[in-house]
Amino acid sequence: MSATMVTKKLMLFFPRCECEKPIIYHLVKDYNLIVNVYRAKVTPEEEGYLVLDVTGTEADIETAMAFVKTFNVTINYSGKGVTWEEQRCTHCGHCVVHCPTGALHIGHPKTREVVFNEKDCIECLACIRVCPFGACASAF
Amino acid sequence: MKTYEQINERISSGKAVVLTADEIMDYVDKKGPAAAAEEVDVVTTATFGPMCSSGCFLNFGHSKPKIRMSEAWVEDVKVYTGIAAVDVYLGATELRHGDPANMYHPGEFRYGGGHVIEDLVAGRQLQLFALSYGTDCYPLREIRTYFTIADLNQAIMVNPRNCYQNYNVAINDSDRTIYTYMGTLESRRKNVSYCSAGQLSPLLNDPCYDVIGVGTRVWLAGAQGHVYAEGTQHAGGCERTADGVPKGGAGTLALTADMKQMRPPFVRGVSLRGYGVSLALGVGIPIPILNEQVLKRTCVRDRDIWAPVVDYGTDYPQNTGRVIAHVNYEQLRRGEIDLEGGKVAVASLSSYYKALEIANLLADEIRRGDFMLAAPIAPLAKDKTMKPLLVRGKS
Repeated sequence: MSATMVTKKLMLFFPRCECEKPIIYHLVKDYNLIVNVYRAKVTPEEEGYLVLDVTGTEADIETAMAFVKTFNVTINYSGKGVTWEEQRCTHCGHCVVHCPTGALHIGHPKTREVVFNEKDCIECLACIRVCPFGACASAF
Repeated sequence: MKTYEQINERISSGKAVVLTADEIMDYVDKKGPAAAAEEVDVVTTATFGPMCSSGCFLNFGHSKPKIRMSEAWVEDVKVYTGIAAVDVYLGATELRHGDPANMYHPGEFRYGGGHVIEDLVAGRQLQLFALSYGTDCYPLREIRTYFTIADLNQAIMVNPRNCYQNYNVAINDSDRTIYTYMGTLESRRKNVSYCSAGQLSPLLNDPCYDVIGVGTRVWLAGAQGHVYAEGTQHAGGCERTADGVPKGGAGTLALTADMKQMRPPFVRGVSLRGYGVSLALGVGIPIPILNEQVLKRTCVRDRDIWAPVVDYGTDYPQNTGRVIAHVNYEQLRRGEIDLEGGKVAVASLSSYYKALEIANLLADEIRRGDFMLAAPIAPLAKDKTMKPLLVRGKS
């Protein structure tokens, strides 16, 4: 019986010296992970950010992450490349039509409260451009 | 029939029956209008949204030696100094010095007057920089210092236009994305944007200005303030439904209150990409249930309130006056409207969630006896219409 596959959203931070190494290639080739990259960026300081989904068995993901850590790469398991600050949100709903996946949506038709379902966020950054109150932000 | 005095007596004794404009319809459906008008003393209404025509007067007190500020900036946002020595007026839509505006279109407008007002109310320390030409009585020529709202003698919000009774639903008929004060509008009717609390909104619950007038006490961002005049562009003489509900902008209110009493969650700077900065404010207004007619007006529902869909690609900027269609707020709140055979996604700039919170906060204050009603000292004009600005030669 095959082990259950799971999907985890991660944000990786690559320090300057590790940016040129093909780490993601090894995740696919050596650890059997399926990767889905949402967003990647190399800064002028040659540091790198990467937000991605990895799908594989728990055991494969665990050993793959141990491999990633050997490169001084910081792994953020909450995968928060885009954040929604509830305190800053006024629940106007202006973002809702601009969010392509419905990650930001009206949670309750009666109160019209806006809720953010992080799992559905594909990091397109549309909310950051349209939110009048600066409630959405990007980690990089 | 009840009077303001009778209602205030019930508020003072903690016996007032207060409902929000969100609750009153079902209550009246259950009890009947006659019985409900007897029982209910106050219906609270509210709105939260960008209100560009907002600002505040600040008095800094005098430095040693004294200065008569002739130019001044708070956090690099220019304030108006054409009044007394250390009085200034800070406007919500003023940009920060050096902001590239729309030079690199669409501009981001991250910080401006509205954000300074937010920071002031939040108690943050801000920089004042002022220049002067110097006089015998005010010799200082330049000052740079840091202050919080607590250091000011007065910080009085004075808003020439708040609480628009109803408003346009903005759409974009053109073939390019446009950036407006109603937000980003995608090309070829992909989305519309509206800005009203609908059935909760103050002047939609008193559509013919029977009870709200100059002198009415209001809840302005948590402070007790009042209506000091009709708002700018107040134009009650517009097209209305059979129930008297305006089918467009119509009435407005000029509001004032002490900013030192305001609460930060209800005073928020606004950045509108490609347009500019503004200020979003929370306003609550109590409707005294003086009689059955006043009560019936507060039972207005989203489906009874119609707003004009206007093309901000051409018709609005060119001032043609064309209205594509009217839609009601119940349709808008579904998140999608039918427009001339097509489906259009709906965005809002006004927060119903916050408006509901304010209506409930105000209701609680009234129930506790902390917020008394004030009868108007003058009514709002019912028949005014809006004049255009004519471009003409000197006569």
